[in-house]
Formats: sequence, structure tokens, C-alpha cells
Amino acid sequence: MPRFLTLIRLDENNLPEDGFSPEMGERMGALLKEITEAGVMLDTAALTPTSQGRRVTYSGGTLTGTDGPFTETKEVIGGYSIIQAKDLAEAEEWANRFLKVHDEVWTVTCEIRQISED
Amino acid sequence: MTTASAVEAVFRIEQARVIAAAARIVRDVGIAEEIAQDALVSALEKWPDSGVPEKPGAWLTAVAKRRAVDLVRRRENYARKLAEVGRSLEHAAEPPPAEPSPDSGPEADIDDDLLRLIFTACHPVLPTRARIALTLRLLGGLTTEEIARAFLATEAAVAQRIARAKRSLAAADVPFEVPYGPDRAARLDSVLEVVYLVFNEGYSATKGDDWVRPALCEDALRLARVLAALLPNEPEVHGLAALLELQASRIPARTGPDGSPVLLADQDRTRWNRLLIRRGFAALDRAAVPGVPPGPYVLQAAIAACHAQALRYEDTDWAVIVTLYGQLAAVRPSPVVELNRAVAVAMAEGPETGLALVDAIAGDPELKDYHLLPSVRGDLLARLGRWDAAREEFLAAAALARNDRERELLLTRAERAEQPEQPGQPGRAEQSEQAERAERAAGEPGRTGPGPDVVPGG
Repeated sequence: MPRFLTLIRLDENNLPEDGFSPEMGERMGALLKEITEAGVMLDTAALTPTSQGRRVTYSGGTLTGTDGPFTETKEVIGGYSIIQAKDLAEAEEWANRFLKVHDEVWTVTCEIRQISED
Repeated sequence: MTTASAVEAVFRIEQARVIAAAARIVRDVGIAEEIAQDALVSALEKWPDSGVPEKPGAWLTAVAKRRAVDLVRRRENYARKLAEVGRSLEHAAEPPPAEPSPDSGPEADIDDDLLRLIFTACHPVLPTRARIALTLRLLGGLTTEEIARAFLATEAAVAQRIARAKRSLAAADVPFEVPYGPDRAARLDSVLEVVYLVFNEGYSATKGDDWVRPALCEDALRLARVLAALLPNEPEVHGLAALLELQASRIPARTGPDGSPVLLADQDRTRWNRLLIRRGFAALDRAAVPGVPPGPYVLQAAIAACHAQALRYEDTDWAVIVTLYGQLAAVRPSPVVELNRAVAVAMAEGPETGLALVDAIAGDPELKDYHLLPSVRGDLLARLGRWDAAREEFLAAAALARNDRERELLLTRAERAEQPEQPGQPGRAEQSEQAERAERAAGEPGRTGPGPDVVPGG
């Protein structure tokens, strides 16, 4: 049963002002319960804004570090999950459910990537 | 436009709950499974045009419940059960709302249905193999073909086993319920045992040429995680989950590039899955209830945790492991547990002491055909430099081993025992892992208690 890393991408400069509505928080909680009870969720977390992050690049034998925020990409990774599902279609269904708990003011992208098991 | 694969993915996710909801009404898991399949057909007909509904699980469940109610009403022989189910049918028969409101039925109901299904599929009225097949089919969502492949059986045999199990449940009039009475502990034990045995078959296959079949381990692990979510107040459920998470964390290191088994002592511990180890520890924490003495699964998980904590084999705290095996022997005495305790004692106090303990249980009829008894003896004799005796034991163990990979390993060790000066001579005990597989005469997997067994290596 393959494992998948889902990367939640969003535009952190255009987040809904109210953030999470209470209803959305409730729906999110219910989904988390459901996906946990299905034995699917292995690990998940939200990430702090990129302004608190750091990037280190290795190129030509030298290290270069830069502070966040990472403004050159519109969408940054705002969260992740590691799930175990039978196939990509099943992982996508869970991703759909995760996306659908968001209020309509949100624009969120879920990138689903299978974890290599070799 | 919804593709069939998307509909099927939804169905696989919801299948167990749909079956469970239908089973509560028709009180027959076989019929419930057919009803669930009908609901899938409905979805395949409707969703490609209408799209996947907002709450696909609720949609499928509602369709299944409606069919279940129709069936109960139609069949006269269900009249008696109809009375039992009574007024709740009226509620269940409502058509699925286009947009189910969040309060369209408390979550707890669905969870209870699922638990009823689990306890029914693992009912002691069924032989162990039937429980395993039925649980994987109804709760694991495996096809008959997948189960057959996993257990190296023919599809026809598995299909027959499942059909017979369904008939047995119906014939015995097994109530579709979660046991809360005095038999709850035994019933729960039966559920845990099924999951445990599935895991073990994957972890060190009893036959065939694969040493490990990770897919089965994953199916078992998923079931354990489901149980832990549904039964959060049962320490042993968390103990089982912890044990399996920790055991599974080692899978990537248990086989060499050529598929041969790698002993726990020789495993590259950087290949252990840290996420699973972390999950195992978290589950073990949840299993700890002040004032409640740890049960067999919690104790085995604690032993697995000792291994997980050691960054190098040399760092293993054998004294703690000896103590834990002592506790395990007290709550679930079995010669297999004693054998493991002997291995731990040999590591903590020396092979001489360990060998004395092994010899004390060597005559136990339960260990008569157990290849790990001579395997452990061989290992301890080798550590004492008694090469000829060690070689005899490894050969005896190889003759008893049912797994091809394991047999090869034991033959290799027998060969090496002829040339003790060779590098690679194992000088360390093979502490093992749990994988109790005492086979009854009927070929029925059984056990005398979850016992760690001394698989050569981990």
C-alpha cells in the first residue's frame, strides 16, 4: 500500500482575512477524525509562514542561505500530510475531501506525490 | 464527469461502513456485502452524470440502508428480526437528502456499526482462518484474489472459506453487536489476534519464498489504526497498534538486496522508519493507563520499543527486556515466551545461562516442531564455541523451517558452524520479534498467547 505526501500550496499573501471560520474548523476536525479512523493518516501539520523560514542552496560547491519570506513563488507550501492509501485515486479522494472543507473564499492546491519505497 | 476509478476509490474508502450500516439492518454480513455492492452499482450509474455527491459516504450508506430495509420487509423469514429492529427502520428508510445536513445521524452510530462488523467478523464461532479472511474482505477491503495471493492459497479456496464463514455466522445466529458483557475481553482478544496474525503472516511468512510480504503488514497495520481510533479506551488496542508500528518500522532493514533475511543484530538501523517508530511510541504512551497492569500486547510493544530505542545493537538494554519478558510470561505464559526470555537472558547474562533456560523448556510438546527452538539452541551453542552441536541444531531448524528464505539462512549458519574461524560467524544472539505461529495439527494458525518468537533476527 503506497504512501503519499500531500503538499498543500497556497498564496500566503492573499489568505482570507478571517482565516479559519469556526464552521471550517469544525469541518476540518470532523475530516481529521474520519481520515484517522480510516487508518489512513500517518502524519500531518500546518507550516508557519515562510517569513519564519530559511532556504539554503548548495551550488558550485558553496552554500548560500536566504531568509523568508519566499516571495518569488506565488504559492508556497502551507502544510503537508503523509497518508497511506491503496492507490493514487484513493489518495486523491482524500485530498478532495480535505479541499472541500475549506470555505469558498480559499484558493488551495493539493499536490499529491507518491513516496518512493525503494 | 466522474470516472469509474474515482467512484471505486470512494467506494473502497466507504465500503466497510456501508456494509456495517446494512448489516445492522439485515443482521447478515453476507447479504450486507451484496447490498453494499448494489450501492456501488448505483453510484457507478449515477455519479458519472451527477458528479460525486457532497457526502459520498452518506449517499452510499443511505442507498444501502434503503435496500436493506426493502429486503428485510420483503423476506418473510426476516419478519422476526424486523420486529427486533423495530422503529429504527422507519428512520433508516428515508431517502438520501440531496445535501445531507451535518446532523444527519450522529457519527457515533456509524462507528458503532463498524465495531459491530469487526466483532462479528472476528467471532469465536469461526475458525481462525475464516476470521482472518472475512476481516480482510469486509474491513480491509481486500478482494478475494488479493487475500488468496497474500496467503498463497487459491482464489476458490478463499472464496469458499469466506462463504462458509458467512453461513456459519448466520447459522449460529450470531448477534450483530459490540459485546459489553463479561465476554468482552475475550471477544476483543479475538479481534486483536486476527489483526496480529495477519501482520505476522506478512512479517515472516509461514511458507513460500518471500521472507516478508509488506502488503499484508500494511493491511494489518491499517486495521490496527482503525481499531485504535474506534476503541480509544482499550489499552491493549493501543498496545497492538504500538507493537505493529514498531515492528513495521524495521521492515525496510529486514531483507538484504537479494531478499535474504537480515538478523536484528545485523540490520542497518538507519533504514528503520522513524515516522513509524514515533507513531509506535505515541501509541505506547496512549496504552499506558495508571493503575492498570500492562497486558500482553502492551508488554510486547514495550519490548519492541526497547529495540527501537537502541541506535546500535550494542546499545540494547537487555536487562529491561528480560524484565518485560518476565512480565509477559506472567500474564500470558507460553513456551514461546520462555524461549524469547531465554534469548534475552543469554544477552544480558551470557549464553550459558540462556542455554540452561532453553534446555528447561526444550521438551515442551508445543515446541516439538518449532524451528526456532533448535535455531536458538544452535546460536547459543555457537556462542559457547560448541560448533558441532551448533551445526546439528541449525540443520534440525532448517528441516523444520517452512519459509524458504529462513531455511536458506539456517543452512548457511550450519555451514559456517563448520568453519568457526570464518568472519561473519554470528557471535550475537538472534533476538527476535514477535511472530507466534504455532500451527495446530489441522493447519489452523493458533497460539497460546501472543508470543514473540525468536525469528532469527528481526
